[in-house]
Amino acid sequence: MLTKRIIPCLDVKDGKVVKGTSFVQLRDAGDPVALSRQYYQQGADELIFLDITATPEGRDTVVDVIESVSEQVFMPLTVGGGLRNVSDMRRMLQAGADKVSINTAAVLQPNLIREGAAKFGSQCIVIAIDAKQVEDRPEPRWEVYISSGQKPTGINAVSWAKKSVALGAGEVLLTSMDADGHQAGYDIELTHTISEAVPVPVIASGGAGVPEDLYLALVKGKADAVLAASIFHYSTYSIGEIKKYLSERGIPIRL
Amino acid sequence: MIVIVDYGAGNLRSVTNALVRLGYQPKITGRPQDLSNARAVILPGVGAAADTMINLNQLGLIDPIRRFITDGRPFFGVCMGLQILFTGTEEGGWHECLNVIPGQVKKLPDGQKIPHIGWNQVKQQRDHPVFSGIPDEANFYFVHSYYGEPEDKRLIAGETKYGTTICSVIARENMVATQFHPEKSGESGLKMYHNFLKLIAKGS
Repeated sequence: MLTKRIIPCLDVKDGKVVKGTSFVQLRDAGDPVALSRQYYQQGADELIFLDITATPEGRDTVVDVIESVSEQVFMPLTVGGGLRNVSDMRRMLQAGADKVSINTAAVLQPNLIREGAAKFGSQCIVIAIDAKQVEDRPEPRWEVYISSGQKPTGINAVSWAKKSVALGAGEVLLTSMDADGHQAGYDIELTHTISEAVPVPVIASGGAGVPEDLYLALVKGKADAVLAASIFHYSTYSIGEIKKYLSERGIPIRL
Repeated sequence: MIVIVDYGAGNLRSVTNALVRLGYQPKITGRPQDLSNARAVILPGVGAAADTMINLNQLGLIDPIRRFITDGRPFFGVCMGLQILFTGTEEGGWHECLNVIPGQVKKLPDGQKIPHIGWNQVKQQRDHPVFSGIPDEANFYFVHSYYGEPEDKRLIAGETKYGTTICSVIARENMVATQFHPEKSGESGLKMYHNFLKLIAKGS
């Protein structure tokens, strides 16, 4: 049986992890390579790197990070943040990434999804969607935001997810902007709605605070994978603890 | 010399990294003559089957790969490197493949998320040296939308359930192929490459 994936996310800026500096075991707390190795040993199922570097010079460093990580951990790696075209994607894949996630660039030029899928295969292309609830009645409606959540687009998140998949995206990384950062649980309704709407796997993101949050995103939200950052970075829970918790509650998990 | 076949597509780096970790120094090459000198060949691959066949053909690699396998020399196909061993695939219309293994590559059945992405168990169907030290039903990392169905069921060394029963490991003497990615499957995956490369040491 296919297991549900538990995915730590590393926000990387100028080659350093910007969240997660409280890892006391690590000599260099902000070192993404050391952190990746630790997550690999703890049993993470995949790693997502989000490059939040603002400058082109800083961007080169994320390539080095991926190269080093891929030499040391033997698990799937996804890289996103600031990828604008097929050659940006190729650069990450050649550095050792297995998948690339695209967000703003895909909204601005949806054909990028098609091009990427044609070049590298749908399994390589993750559509990252930042969604914010804009209506709750008669039915909830979520709007797509771009540019790191700064810019509303007026686009309905459910329609955009469907369209992205039709264009060739092989997976959806769905972040609830309402839930993100609050550690009060994933947006279950959003996750469930998108997960039912698309035929490809959905990674739920934003809001993980306690193990039950991950459980609900998988069971009620019908997510195929759950992403979390803070609860792992700050060692609130180890990946092993979370996996044991989920497994004991009947979720198929790789232990 | 261990050769990782470079046909201009896919990410060879992960496979290379895994072999380097195991203490080998693979040669990444797309030259037919390098295959004839190789002690073992690994054929990785992601992307579409038709493109893969076109690329292999342009490099003159179709016959050398076929010959390498039929000569019984150590060969490991990964993911697309498994699928193109079959007679043909229904991916993107019907396309002929290497026909080393009679059988067809089909789309995964509807009713679950496609692609099949993530860690799933491999049920070992029989003993083979590549499974040495790997527990039955160990998890490996999959990412694919199509799967190969060999006519000769005796070739099936491992099976995985996803909507249907997928042949996830093919093994016949020195020919091994996996639908999953050992290089992305943690310690079990590394162990599998290690086991495969030990076949060379046995003088095969």
